[in-house]
Amino acid sequence: MKLTFALPAALLVMAAPAMAAAGPTDPQIAHIAYTAGSIDIAAGKQALARSHNKAVRGFAEEMVRDHQAVNDKALALVKKLHVTPEDNATSQALTKGAAAERAKLAKLSGATFDREYVNNEVAYHKTVNGALENTLIPSAKNGELKSLLETGLTLFREHLAHAEMIAKGLK
Amino acid sequence: MRTLYSLCAAAALLLPVPSAAAAPHTYTVVIDKMKFGPVPAQLHPGDSILWVNRDFLRHSATAADHSFDVDLPAGAKVKMVVKAKGRINFVCRYHPGMRGVLNVQ
Repeated sequence: MKLTFALPAALLVMAAPAMAAAGPTDPQIAHIAYTAGSIDIAAGKQALARSHNKAVRGFAEEMVRDHQAVNDKALALVKKLHVTPEDNATSQALTKGAAAERAKLAKLSGATFDREYVNNEVAYHKTVNGALENTLIPSAKNGELKSLLETGLTLFREHLAHAEMIAKGLK
Repeated sequence: MRTLYSLCAAAALLLPVPSAAAAPHTYTVVIDKMKFGPVPAQLHPGDSILWVNRDFLRHSATAADHSFDVDLPAGAKVKMVVKAKGRINFVCRYHPGMRGVLNVQ
């Protein structure tokens, strides 16, 4: 699974020149952030539908709750700023990778599913956090968008720590 | 008689009087951008803390010793009375990296 999300991670770097030397624009950043959140909400809902593990379900509930809150805030912000999120290669790569992972998880159950879901959450949060830290936050021009991304990064680091803790327990 | 009055006056001076410092206070602790803000340095049993969640995320103020567990939905303000003395570590139960310490004297 780590390979699945290594691809978007590479694309986040490779896409940068195509997005001009200055990095992605605010409409592109908003689209990437919203897409990344939506992917994890969908993954959380899939886990809630398939997992019976209390710790895994608790984590999945946290993902759905927190990422939905961030996406609601992001939607309100782009509306306020009159910004239309712009689709881009990075968002498309994230979506494609997530679809492959969702199909893979759909064939699993029980402890195998739990391990794959949580391991993917670890890899996914590492990828997204790296992109936020190194590309999206430094490139964001609007102060409110940058602030939202910074709060998001603090939150997603919590998610990564939580996922890593659960992954240890599932080994 | 004059001596008796003098004695009574002297005794009255020795009686304890209510101290203004004993009146309970309410302190505000703000949560913003995934962090607990400063907590009061002087905190006594009977004082209150008004937890204010300015984040768009759900948080909690949860004592490690289980003496309090305040749920704080996005934008919530919840007042809590501090009961016992002690050094109380607290976290957000949803985001355990958010933490602080109350020092109740």
